[in-house]
Amino acid sequence: MDFLPTLWFVLIAVLWTGYLFLEGFDLGVGMLMKVFARDEKERRLLLNTVGPVWDGNEVWLITAGGATFAAFPFWYASLFSSLYIPLVFVLLALIFRAVAFEYRGKVHRDSWRRTWDWAIAIGSFTAAFGIGAMLALTTTGLPLNTNGDRVGGPFAWFTWPGMLGGAAVVGFCLIQASAFLALKTDGEIRHRARAAVRRWMPLGLLPLAAWAILVSAQNGKWFSWLLIALAVIGAVVSWLANRAGREGVSFLAMGGFLLAGSAAIFSGVFPVVLPSTLDAAWNLTVANASSSPYTLGLMSIVAAVGLPLVLAYQAWTYWIFRKRISVAHLPEPHDFAPAVGLGETASAGSAAGAL
Amino acid sequence: MEALDIARWQFGIVTVYHFLMVPLTIGLGLLVAVLQTSWHRTGKEEYLRATKFWGKLFLINFIMGVATGIVQEFQFGMAWSEYSRFVGDVFGAPLAMESLLAFFVESTFLGLWIFGWKKLPAKIHLACLWIAVSGSVVSAYFILVANSWMQHPVGVQIVDGYPHMVDAWAVFTNNTALVAFFHTITGALAVAGSFLLGISWYHLWRRRHDGIDTVDATGRVVVGESDSIPGRDKKDHSLWIKSLRFGAVVAMIAFAGSAVSGDLSGKLMFEQQPMKMAAAEAACHDGTSFSILSIGDLSSRDCSKVVAVMEVPGILSFLAHSDFTTDIKGVNTLVPEYQAKYGTNLPDNPIYGDRAGQPINYVPVMPVTYWGFRMMIGFGGLAAMAAAVALWATRKGTVPRPRWLMRLALVGILAPFGANAAGWIFTEMGRQPFVVAPNPSMSGIDQVFMFTAAAVSPGVSAGEMIFSLVALGTVYAVLLVVEVVLLTKYVRGGVPSAMPELGHPGGSGGKDEDDAGTHPDGEGDGDDVLAFAY
Ligand code: HDD
Ligand code: HEM
Ligand code: HEM
Repeated sequence: MDFLPTLWFVLIAVLWTGYLFLEGFDLGVGMLMKVFARDEKERRLLLNTVGPVWDGNEVWLITAGGATFAAFPFWYASLFSSLYIPLVFVLLALIFRAVAFEYRGKVHRDSWRRTWDWAIAIGSFTAAFGIGAMLALTTTGLPLNTNGDRVGGPFAWFTWPGMLGGAAVVGFCLIQASAFLALKTDGEIRHRARAAVRRWMPLGLLPLAAWAILVSAQNGKWFSWLLIALAVIGAVVSWLANRAGREGVSFLAMGGFLLAGSAAIFSGVFPVVLPSTLDAAWNLTVANASSSPYTLGLMSIVAAVGLPLVLAYQAWTYWIFRKRISVAHLPEPHDFAPAVGLGETASAGSAAGAL
Repeated sequence: MEALDIARWQFGIVTVYHFLMVPLTIGLGLLVAVLQTSWHRTGKEEYLRATKFWGKLFLINFIMGVATGIVQEFQFGMAWSEYSRFVGDVFGAPLAMESLLAFFVESTFLGLWIFGWKKLPAKIHLACLWIAVSGSVVSAYFILVANSWMQHPVGVQIVDGYPHMVDAWAVFTNNTALVAFFHTITGALAVAGSFLLGISWYHLWRRRHDGIDTVDATGRVVVGESDSIPGRDKKDHSLWIKSLRFGAVVAMIAFAGSAVSGDLSGKLMFEQQPMKMAAAEAACHDGTSFSILSIGDLSSRDCSKVVAVMEVPGILSFLAHSDFTTDIKGVNTLVPEYQAKYGTNLPDNPIYGDRAGQPINYVPVMPVTYWGFRMMIGFGGLAAMAAAVALWATRKGTVPRPRWLMRLALVGILAPFGANAAGWIFTEMGRQPFVVAPNPSMSGIDQVFMFTAAAVSPGVSAGEMIFSLVALGTVYAVLLVVEVVLLTKYVRGGVPSAMPELGHPGGSGGKDEDDAGTHPDGEGDGDDVLAFAY
C-alpha cells in the first residue's frame, strides 16, 4: 500500500471528523434556535455560545474540501460534480447562515431578527443534512461511469444511504449541540439542555450508528465491528455522565462516539474513496485518485507544521472563552439614531437622499 | 445555452462578486490595524473611535467575503470537474495551503478580536487583529499562486497526460504570481483608501451642515460641539479629518504602487501571453503604438474592421520592453503562430463533447479586453486624482460646503472597486480560449495547457447549471442590497453606532481617557464574561 496516499486518506478522514465534532455543535445550536430557545433572550444566548468560534469551525470544512482537491483531485472532481444540486443547497445554506450570524443583531426590528433566525435554523439544518448525505454517498457509492462522471441524471444521488447520512449528521448535531449548551450555559437553560441530551440521545445517534453498520456490513472487516462497539460505549458513557451531572465528560464522550463511528466508516471503505455502483472496476481508490508523491510529500510537510498550530490556537480560543454564559450576562442590545441634526432625523428621506 | 457557457457566466459572476468584498477586507483590515496601533501608542481617544467605527464596517463586509468564498472553492469540483482532474496535482496544493495556513488564522483570530475587547490584555488583543489581517494577505498570496499558474504554468512535467508538480519552488515563486500579488494588494489598499476618504468626507460635511463646525474668515475650520447630537464632540472632528487624510494618502500611494506593479505585470504578459496584450490594445498589426481610441467592430474578432483613431507611437513598445522602437506583434501575426503551435481545431477527444473538431478562435473578445484594460487604469487614476484633490480641499481642516462635492466623494468610493473588477475581467477573459494558458517561453512544458472548452464537468447538465446560476445570482443580488443597507445605516450612525457608550444623549461623549476599560494599557477585565455579544 502506498504510504503517502494512505496518510492523506487518514488526514482527510481526520479533517471531516474534526469538522463534524466542532461544527457539529454550532450547526446544532443553529437548528435549536427555532426548536429549543423560548424567547429573544435565549436565542441571543444560544447565538453567543458559538459566536467567537463558529467561523473557525467552518474552516475545517473548507480545509477538508481543499485537502481533497490537492491530495485526491479525482475524488474531489467526481464527488462534487455528482452532487451538484445538493451542494448548491449546502452552499446557499452556509451563505445564509454566515451572514445571519453577523447581521441578525444589526437592526432592531422583530421581523428582521425573525427572518435571520429562520436563516440560521434552516441554513444549519440544510448544511448538516447535505454534508451528511455527501459523506454517506462517498462511502456507499454513486452511479459513476469509467471517467468518474455521474450517470442517471441530476437526482441519481437521491438514495436511501444518502438520506440516512443526512439524518445521521442532523441527529448528531442536535445531540452534540445540546451537550454543548449544557456545558457552556448557566441557569435554567443549562438544565433543559442536559435533560434534552438524556431524553433524545438514543434517537439522535441512531442514524449515525446505522450508517456505520451499513458500511461495515458492506465491507466486512472485523475491526469495523470493534470500532462500532467502541462508539456505542462512548455514547453510553456520555449518557451516564450526563445523568451524573458531569457535563464535560459527557461532551467529550460524545466526541469519542463520533471518532470511533467515523473511524469505523472510513476504515471500512478503505482503500476505496468513492465506489461506483455500476461497476467496481470504476471505483475511485486511494491509489487511482491521488496526486503525485511529490505533491503529497509537500502537502505532508505543510500539514505537519500547520495542523498542530491550528489545534493549538483553536484550543487557546476555547480556553479564552471557556466561561459559562447565561442570559444575565448579555449586554443590552443598543439601537442608535443617525448622528445627524434633529431636523434631518425626522425626515429620514432627505437624509437618505444625502447619502 | 450550453452547460459550458452557463458555467462560464456563473464563474465570472460569483468570482467578480467575491472580489467586491475581498479588496475591502484586505485593505480595510490593514488600515484598521494601523489605527488600533496608533491608539495603542498614543492613547488618543479618536484613534479608539476610528478603530471601532471602521472595524464595524470591516466586519459587515468581511462576513460577505467568507460567505461567498466557500462557493469559490466548491465550484471547481462542481462545475469544472475535468479542469480539477487536470490541474489538481499543482493547483490543489496552494488552495489547501490557503485554508490550512491562512483561513484558519484569519477566522480564529478575528473571532478573538471581535469578542476579546476588554477580555484579552490590550497588547494581545491588538496582536490578534494583526495576525488576522496577515492571514488575509497570506490567503491572497496563495490564491494568486494558484491563479497565476493558470496564466503561466511552471514547475511541472507531463506524466500520463497530466501535469505533475516537480518543482514547488518554481510554482510558489512564479514571477507572474509575485507581481500579481503586489498588484492585488496595492489595488486593495486603493479601495480601502477611497472608502475612508468618502465616508469621512460625508461626516465632515454633516458636521458643517448641522452647524457644528464653521470656518473663520481665512477659511480655517472652527471646530464646535453639539449637545443634541450624540457623539458630535471635538474628538469626532479630529477622527474624521484624520481618517480622511489617511485614506487619501493611502489611495495615492496605492495607485502609484498599482502603476509600478501593473507595468511589471504588463511586461510579463507580453512575453507570457502575447495574444492577451495584443487584444488589450486591439492591436491588429505589428507596431509600437499605444492606442488611445480604437473604433469599429471590435467584437467581430476580425481585425479587418478595427480602426485605430488615435495612437501614441512608441508607448506600447515602452510598456513591453522599456524602449520605443521594438515592434510588438499584433493579432494578425499571432493567430497563425498560435495555430501552428496549438492546433487549428479542437482535438477529437471525448472530453470536448459536441465541441470536438470545431475550429479554435484564438482572439479573445476584444471589446472586453480593450475596455477592461482602460477601465482598470482609468478608474484607478480617477480615484488617485480625487484623493489628491481631497487632500488639497481639506487643507484648512474641513470639507467645502457644497452637497454635490460630498456626493461625489461618496460615489468616488466605487471607482477603485470598478478598477479591480475590470482588472480581473480583463485578465481572465484575455486568457481565453485557454483556461490554463500555455507558457511559450519554457521548453518542455510549453505543451501544458487546457482549453476552456475541455474544462467543464461532463456529467452536469445545463439544467443543473441554470438552476445554480439563478439561485446563486438571486441570493447574491439580495445580499448585496442587504449589505449596502447595513453599511449605510452604520455609516450614517457615525461612531455611536459602533460604540454604544457614546450613543446616549447626555452621556459623556468623551469618556475619561484613563478609564480602565478604554485605555490601551488597561489590563483585560477578567470578569467581563461577554464584553461583546451578537
Ligand atoms: C486576492 C485575494 C483573493 C482572491 C483572488 C480570492 N480570494 Fe477568497 N478570500 C480572500 C482573498 C481572495 C480573503 C481576503 O482572504 C477572504 C475575503 C474575506 C475573507 O474572509 O477572506 C476570502 C474568503 C474566502 C473563503 C472563506 C474563508 C473563510 O471562511 O474564512 C474561501 C473558501 C475562499 N475565499 C476561496 C477562494 C477561491 C477558491 C478563490 C478563487 C477562485 C478566491 N477565494 C479568490
Ligand atoms: C477574484 C478574482 C477573480 C476574478 C474577478 C475572476 C474573473 C473571472 C471571469 C470574469 C471569468 C470568466 C471568463 C470568461 O468566461 O471568459 C473567469 C473564469 C475563470 N477563472 Fe477567474 N477570476 C478571478 C480569480 C480566479 C482565480 C483566483 C482562479 C483560480 C484559482 C480563477 C479561475 C478561473 C476559472 C477556472 C475560470 C473558468 C474558465 C473560464 O470561463 O475562463 N479565477 N474568472
Ligand atoms: C497604471 C496603472 C495600472 C497598470 C499599468 C495595470 C496593469 C495591469 C496588467 C497588465 C494586468 C494583467 C496582469 C496579468 O494578466 O497577469 C492587470 C491586472 C489587474 N489589475 Fe491592473 N494595472 C493598473 C492599475 C490598476 C488599479 C488601480 C487596480 C485596482 C485598484 C488594478 C487592479 C487589477 C486587478 C485586480 C488585476 C487582476 C489580477 C492580477 O493579475 O493582478 N490595476 N493590471
